[in-house]
Amino acid sequence: MTIASSSPPSRLPAGGAAEARSKPRTRRTEASENGGDGRLAAAFIAPALLGFVVFLLWPTLRGVYLSFTRFNLLTPAEWVGLDNYVRMVNDPIFWDSLWVTVEYVVINIGVQTVAALAIAVLLQRLTQSAMLRGIVLTPYLMSNVVAGLVWLWILDTQLGIGNEIISAVGVDRIPFLADETWAIPTIALINVWRHVGYTALLLFAGLQAIPNDMYEAARVDGASEWRMFWRITMPLLRPVLAVVLIMTVIGSFQVFDTVAVTTAGGPANATNVLQYYIYGSAFGRFQFGYASAMSVALLVVLSAITILQYRLTRAGRTDLG
Amino acid sequence: MTAVTTTTPTRVRPARRGFPYGRAVAWTVMGLIVLITLLPFYWILRTALSTNAGLSADPTNPLPVDLTTSGFERALGLQSAEEAIAQGGAGGGLDFWRYLLNSVLVSTLITVCQIFFSAMAAYAFSRLRWRGRDQVFGLFLAGMMVPAIFTLLPNFVLIKQLHLVDTLLGIALPTMFMTPFAVFFLRQFFMNIPKEVEEAALLDGAGKIKIFFRVVLPMASTPIVTLGVLTYITSWNDYFWPLMVSYSDSSRVLTVALAIFRAQTPATGVDWSGLMAATLIAALPMLVLFACFARRIVSSIGFTGIK
Repeated sequence: MTIASSSPPSRLPAGGAAEARSKPRTRRTEASENGGDGRLAAAFIAPALLGFVVFLLWPTLRGVYLSFTRFNLLTPAEWVGLDNYVRMVNDPIFWDSLWVTVEYVVINIGVQTVAALAIAVLLQRLTQSAMLRGIVLTPYLMSNVVAGLVWLWILDTQLGIGNEIISAVGVDRIPFLADETWAIPTIALINVWRHVGYTALLLFAGLQAIPNDMYEAARVDGASEWRMFWRITMPLLRPVLAVVLIMTVIGSFQVFDTVAVTTAGGPANATNVLQYYIYGSAFGRFQFGYASAMSVALLVVLSAITILQYRLTRAGRTDLG
Repeated sequence: MTAVTTTTPTRVRPARRGFPYGRAVAWTVMGLIVLITLLPFYWILRTALSTNAGLSADPTNPLPVDLTTSGFERALGLQSAEEAIAQGGAGGGLDFWRYLLNSVLVSTLITVCQIFFSAMAAYAFSRLRWRGRDQVFGLFLAGMMVPAIFTLLPNFVLIKQLHLVDTLLGIALPTMFMTPFAVFFLRQFFMNIPKEVEEAALLDGAGKIKIFFRVVLPMASTPIVTLGVLTYITSWNDYFWPLMVSYSDSSRVLTVALAIFRAQTPATGVDWSGLMAATLIAALPMLVLFACFARRIVSSIGFTGIK
C-alpha cells in the first residue's frame, strides 16, 4: 500500500526552492548588469543592521565582557578576571536558585508538553473548530503579570475561589504561593495555563502535516485512536515536537515576571529563580559584573540543553518521506 | 494500491458500537479545558465589579457582590485618596489612563518601526543582489540564538549611557529597528512572490524602491498584518524590560503599573476589586485586538512558532 503524497504543509515557506530558482533569472534584470543592487541594498538594510549591531550584537559581547569586571553602573567597569565566576561557583544561593529554576522547568515543561499534546490531538481528531483553537489561545494574550495576578487571587488562602472550593470539599486550605513546597509547582502551573494553548497550536500545525490517508488506512485496518496516536501521530510529530521542546525549555528557563508579581522570590528564597536572582544582583545590589557572569552561565546552560536535546530527539530527521 | 475514497470528512465516524464512549470522554476533557481557560477571565470581571467588603463577606458568589464600578474608579485614579482607602484601596494615586496611553504609545512605536525596518531588510535579503548578502543574513540568523533575556542587562547599561532611562523611547529603542525573527519571517514571504510580477513592474519602468512599496508590501499584507498584531501583543505584555527602564509615571506602562498596584495594596486586606479592575484594563485591549484578528492569527501560529 502506498500513500499518495507526503507533501509538506502548504503554509510552510518553500524558501530554499524559491531561492534556487531565482538565481539564474536575476541575470536578466537591469540592475544586476551594473553588478548588483549594492547601494540600494545598503540603504534598505541600514536601519535593521544598525539595530542588530547596537542592540543585539554589541550587548551580547558586552554582556560577556562585563562578566569579567566589577561594575556598579556609577564608576567605570574594572577588570577582575575570573573573580565573578569563582564567586559564583562558591555561592550557595546561586546553586540554590539554579536548582529552583530546574525544578520549575521540569514541572512546567513536563505538564505543559503532555497537556499541549493532548489538546492538539483533540483539536485535530475530535474537531477542527477554529473557534476552539481561538479560545485555547486566549490566555496567551495576557501578560505574565496579568496571569500571575489572576491566579494569585483565585488561589488566595483566605478568599480565593480555588481555596473556597478546596475547603468545601473538606480538604484544608492550601497557601499555594505562600508555602515553600507549593510555591514553585504553583508558579509552574500558572505559566502552563498561559502558554499551553500556544504550544498546542504549534503542535497542531505539525499534526496538520500528517497525511489524512494514513489515519484512514489505519482505521480500515481496525486500529484504535490510541494505537493510531502511538503508531502514526507520535513518530511523525517527533521533529516538530523536538523543535517545540527546545523552544519552550529555553523560554521556561527565563521565568521572571510571574515570580516577580506573585512571590517576589519568597517564601525564604523558595522561588528565587535564576533570572530573579540575577535581577536582584544587578538592580538591588548593583553588582552588574556578578549578574552578567550568572547570565553567561545561564546562556551556556541553555546552549548545552539545545544541543543535547537536538541530538537526543534526532530533531532533523522525519519518518515522513 | 492507492488511497481511493478519501473524500469523506474524517470527523464522521462509522458508529461501530452503540454509544461512542471514547468521544464522550474526549468531549468532556475538551469542555474542561475550555472551562479552565475561560473561567479566570470571568472571575476578573466578577471581582472587578464587586466591593472589597462584599468579596470577603461572600467569596463564593458566582455573581458580582454589591455590583459597583468603584474598583475601576480606583484604578483610573478617579477617587480621592480618602475615598479609596475607605473602600480598601491603597490611595496611592495610580492613574491607569496614563499607563494605558504609555502602553499604546510604546507598543505602536515598536510595532510600526520594527515591521517597517524589518520588511526593508527582508526585501534586501530576498529580492536584491549584493555582495555579502548570505553572510549578513547568517549573522541575523545567529542572532536568533541569543536568548532575549541575555541582552537586557547590557542594553540597560547602554540606554543609561544614552540618557534615555525613564523615557518611552528608551523602552522602545532595543526592539524598534528589527528582531531577527521578523526579518526571517518576512523574508520567507517575499521570496515566494513570483519573479514575473517583479519583472513586469520593472518593464513598466518602476524602480526597485517603487516595487518594494507598490508590489512587495501590498502582496505581503497578510503576513505583515499578522506579524504586526503578534508584535503588538508581545510588546504590550512585556514586563521585565520596562521594569528596568521605567521609574516614574512618565514612562510607566501597564504591566509595570499593575505590579506596583499589587505591591502598594495593603498586605492585610488586598484591594482585590481594584486590582482586578486594573488587570482588566490591561488585558481588555489585547482581547479586543485578538477578537478582530483571531482567525488570521490562529491559522498562522504554526509558522510563527520558530519565535
